[in-house]
Amino acid sequence: MNFPKELKYSKSHEWVSYEQDGTVLIGITDYAQKELGDLVFVNLPEEGDGVTAGEALGDVESVKAVSDIYSPVTGTVAEINEELLDAPQKINEDPYGAWLIRVENVTDTEELLDADAYEAFTKEENQ
Amino acid sequence: MGSFISNTGSQQKEMLKKAGYADFDALFEGIPREVYLKDGVQIPSGLSELEVCEKMEETAAKNTVFRHVFRGAGSYRHYIPAIVKSVTAKEDFLTAYTPYQAEISQGNLQSIFEFQTMICELTGLDVANASVYDGATAAAESVFMCKERKRTKAYVSATTPPEVLAVMKTYCYGRNTELIVIPEKDGVTDLDALVLMMDGASAACLYLQQPNYYGILEDAGTIGRLVHEKGARFIMGCNPIALAVMKTPAECGADVAVGEGQPLGLSMGFGGPYLGFMAATKEMMRKLPGRIVGETTDSEGKRGFVLTLQAREQHIRREKAGSNICSNQALCAMTASVYLSAMGSAGLFEVAKLCTSKAHYLREELKKARLKPVYDKPFFHEFVTECPVPADTLLLRLEEKGYLGGLPLSGGRILWCATEMNTKTEMDALVQLVKEVASV
Amino acid sequence: MKLIFERSVPGRRCSILPPCDVPETDLGEFGRTKELHLPEVSENDISRHYTELAKETHGVNDGQYPLGSCTMKYNPKINEYTASLPGFTGVHPLQPERTVQGCLKVLHTAEKLFGEITGMDAMTFEPAAGAHGEFTGLLLIKAYHDRRGDTKRTKIIVPDSAHGTNPASAVMAGFMVVNIPSTEDGLVDLDALRAAVGEDTAGLMLTNPNTVGLFDKNILTITQIVHEAGGLNYYDGANLNAVMGVARPGDMGFDVVHLNLHKTFSTPHGGGGPGSGPVGCKAFLKEYLPGAGVVQTPDGYCFAHHADSVGSVKAFYGNFLVVVKALTYILMLGREGIREASQNAVLNANYIRTGLADAYDMAYDETCMHEFVMSLEQEKHAIHVSAMDIAKSLLDYGIHPPTMYFPLIVHEALMVEPTETESKETLDELIHAFLEIHEKAKTDPAYVQSAPHTTAVKRLDEVQAARNPRLRYVFE
Repeated sequence: MNFPKELKYSKSHEWVSYEQDGTVLIGITDYAQKELGDLVFVNLPEEGDGVTAGEALGDVESVKAVSDIYSPVTGTVAEINEELLDAPQKINEDPYGAWLIRVENVTDTEELLDADAYEAFTKEENQ
Repeated sequence: MGSFISNTGSQQKEMLKKAGYADFDALFEGIPREVYLKDGVQIPSGLSELEVCEKMEETAAKNTVFRHVFRGAGSYRHYIPAIVKSVTAKEDFLTAYTPYQAEISQGNLQSIFEFQTMICELTGLDVANASVYDGATAAAESVFMCKERKRTKAYVSATTPPEVLAVMKTYCYGRNTELIVIPEKDGVTDLDALVLMMDGASAACLYLQQPNYYGILEDAGTIGRLVHEKGARFIMGCNPIALAVMKTPAECGADVAVGEGQPLGLSMGFGGPYLGFMAATKEMMRKLPGRIVGETTDSEGKRGFVLTLQAREQHIRREKAGSNICSNQALCAMTASVYLSAMGSAGLFEVAKLCTSKAHYLREELKKARLKPVYDKPFFHEFVTECPVPADTLLLRLEEKGYLGGLPLSGGRILWCATEMNTKTEMDALVQLVKEVASV
Repeated sequence: MKLIFERSVPGRRCSILPPCDVPETDLGEFGRTKELHLPEVSENDISRHYTELAKETHGVNDGQYPLGSCTMKYNPKINEYTASLPGFTGVHPLQPERTVQGCLKVLHTAEKLFGEITGMDAMTFEPAAGAHGEFTGLLLIKAYHDRRGDTKRTKIIVPDSAHGTNPASAVMAGFMVVNIPSTEDGLVDLDALRAAVGEDTAGLMLTNPNTVGLFDKNILTITQIVHEAGGLNYYDGANLNAVMGVARPGDMGFDVVHLNLHKTFSTPHGGGGPGSGPVGCKAFLKEYLPGAGVVQTPDGYCFAHHADSVGSVKAFYGNFLVVVKALTYILMLGREGIREASQNAVLNANYIRTGLADAYDMAYDETCMHEFVMSLEQEKHAIHVSAMDIAKSLLDYGIHPPTMYFPLIVHEALMVEPTETESKETLDELIHAFLEIHEKAKTDPAYVQSAPHTTAVKRLDEVQAARNPRLRYVFE
């Protein structure tokens, strides 16, 4: 399983990437996509919507389940990854490339883990 | 006493023993004594099949089945080809549950897929679901397909049938949704009022019945354009037989089309079971409530069908589901499919054309009996007339002669309907009777 | 199998309609311009097509159907006969009351009988299915609080073992959902319930026996807690087949119930409907019921509109012909028969449960009601054989699998409900099949994992179906 060093992680299995332009990309982790199985659809917010740290920003659907995705940050949705609406499998194929939303004007962030801590956390959770 | 239990008394005893119970009471020991009924409930003792059969036949005979029906208003008497009942009486279809186990439900699943295709063809839209309870609940459900965070107000034309409007109101009461009725003018939706009343910022949708309650064909294309100019969705509720001859919802710009499928091979049956159908544009596919069947392949690459897009539904999404519907009207949907197969495009076109022709003939003839048409607008198979004598008097006289006349509306008016079932001879006789009463 | 469209031959058709005997009229500018593709087939084509589809559809008549929570009992043929009497099928719903006395009698009699069976005072037959009944019943609860000006009661409490329709219905009726956990023994957690109720509680929705097949022994305490908090109790009748003539929701403290006539009362399910989900209530809620009730007067039966109705939930009077079937069934069974049906439903379930308990892990190892839940979690971890694999293996025995992965509180759940109409012989077959599959799972897990092996199609690719939805046939 893959835990890129440059990313930060939430305990609800989202990853956060701080971009150079001050925005933040959010996606779900390799661990999460494996647990969820083949994804068949994503429900994302709209551009301009507010997201709040710790609250659901959307959800992902597999054939027999739906799972909320929680926002690790508070801010405004600057962009959504529209490619995923037609090809949710990209999240399974490349979880760290398939970002879900880009957030700007970030005012708050929940406590995030670094790669090592997150890897340890997933091992714990798997037991 | 009637019973459908296979096991004999001694088998039951043997099984109780094997499972470790002294008697039936022992099986129910978990039920608190305060609510446990020692002697059952106070309903009559059971009867044999023969007795029940006679009882129910006797009850059915207390109804009047009219030989001559000129009433529609949401339930229509059409010819039901013999093949329709023969197919839907097949026990495998009748006694199956919802097709959860695709491997042994391919027949059921495929028939739903075929139904969805036929509804798409009739409406001209991209996708359809496996059915909902009836046309009225379909109309109500369609409102919530269109409701969005910022667009929350629903609009409906006053020309919608009262039964449909009533159900829409109830569903809107449930979800605390504002439902605003756009008034009618000369038997059709008042377009000026529509433009004035619909709020461009908060309007979610407008529901239009086509043909409307009075049988009139509304200018749906223009209404669709006006609704879209307000940024709202356009929903059309359609008579499926009329769809063979009238402009499709797709051609009128509808985002969602729904309707009452009863005319497609279902008996009037005192109001049910009927069939609600729902179709939508591809963009709104995931907003459709209820079961949807999709094509796929099995592990050996063979074509097969499954229930799909299930994550929209209540059993997965629970309180976040768009609707709570699970059981729908599957066998009624199959009835419609068989009906549409038996008619074919040409046959359905003929039924529709017969309905239109007969209704127009009847309207002209009733004029001669002093029943003046109220509206002068294009119509399908229903129309409203004045009545020079109290409507009840006329209708009672018709009833005595075996005719179910039109439906009395307020103001002494009558809503008439003719279908392919009504012959010229029958209509002429009706008119003759009307003349006798109305000329007094 | 070919689709009906693939059997189509241009110009082929059935002979059904006479020529037009009046001048022809068309719709002019309102006319359809879009081409319409419907099948062009002969009656023979249709007959064979649907016979082929019927062969690939498993109904109760094809074999046993122990689908938990669905009560797939035998559907008596007399039901079909009475519901197809022309005296019922040929009646227009808007005929004058004096011409529909038979239909009104059916509704009136059914209300009395089902009212007595459930312990309720009044009933509506408008709802077309169980979920529709839930929505209707919750509207009664909403109206009750609304009319009293008690507008802060916005929450419905639902146990985590509930059917998905419960929370979905609550939201449709404008409520927020409060989920409460179940105890380890599968019952309502009384402490959690006490903590959840309050001034914002509109009501509680409960299935009893619950979805793990246990009768909640604390039922009177549960309904009392809710009543004392000012809420009402809603009974989900999905599992009534366990307690017909044995216990009544009305005596347990419930104020509103819905029934599933297509489950408990043997009207068939039709491959997904039409069902019927009548809603019964105590007298104090009667005037909120949808539409009209039927009353008997010296001049005959007539409709009596409810004074403060929540409105209609369906056009006309519900799935009337389905009510005819259920009434037929109840008249045959009567007082003794309904109790006997429930007793045998419970016996049959316990017979299978005890027959399987040595091999399978029972989620709750005690006397069950009409159904029970097993967990395949151990097998899943130890030999990678899942509940789904076991279920799919049953297909090769010609047996419809139990409900899978429900309730959500049991992992790798299989929920088995044999119903009272299965015989000892078929139950023994079911036990045998389950045991044989369990053995096979240990010796040849790959075989079980790839089941079914004998069906018309193998396991279908549901991921592909959901990712690239193909929901209709596309004409060339």
